[in-house]
Amino acid sequence: MTKATRLIPCSEAVKQLWDYLDHSLSPEDQERVEGHLAFCRKCCGELEFAKELQAFLASNESEEIPPHVKEHLERFVGELGE
Amino acid sequence: MARRLAGEAAEDLVQECLMRAYRSFSTLGDPEAGVGWLRQILVNAHRDRLRKEARSVQEVAVDEVDDFSLYRTIAEEDPFPYSDSVHMDFLHSFAREDVHTVLARLPEIYRSPLVLRYMEGYATKEIARMLDAPLGTILARLHRGRKLFERELWDYAQEAGLLRKGPAG
Repeated sequence: MTKATRLIPCSEAVKQLWDYLDHSLSPEDQERVEGHLAFCRKCCGELEFAKELQAFLASNESEEIPPHVKEHLERFVGELGE
Repeated sequence: MARRLAGEAAEDLVQECLMRAYRSFSTLGDPEAGVGWLRQILVNAHRDRLRKEARSVQEVAVDEVDDFSLYRTIAEEDPFPYSDSVHMDFLHSFAREDVHTVLARLPEIYRSPLVLRYMEGYATKEIARMLDAPLGTILARLHRGRKLFERELWDYAQEAGLLRKGPAG
């Protein structure tokens, strides 16, 4: 952590965890969050959970189209070409 | 993707997308790019639908959700007292349909960036372009969307009795 980096409280670090994981923070904010995580075990737990939540969302991406919807859409595509 | 973006209106959205694709098929130069081209048309159709419904869009106040932490709530409420991985057990108690129900409960303006970022894998700048909104607006909606999603996961788990049943088999 550089001299210019101020310490931030848990409330501020937690608010920025997802943006930290997304690398969408400014370099200064990224460094502040890292500085906080270096000494706060509780926020490291929050960080791990944020990672799990992201993976949880991503793992729910694919799904089957219900058969009746598929049938409607296929009929719709057929009518488009007529 | 349509279902995650539009919930019950997904079929209408796909029909709109197919009509637009049919009309502009000649603009698709490279057939290999067809999937990305269709996805962009789908998001455009969704964005236009949101604009039409803009009057009913509800912004959620930051204060209402900003202080909620799902991680902390699970640790404090300890819904699976005999578990040594209570946070993971909480997530594993959701079936895929449960997740879609939770997403459907979010206001659309928050659901769309969340779905595009974390389920479809688009970068935030790309989402801003797709939804034709400033990057700052998208980042703010992602922040609120994540918080709302966390709170809705907890509320839904309580309402649906998932906390008593434990992880889904």
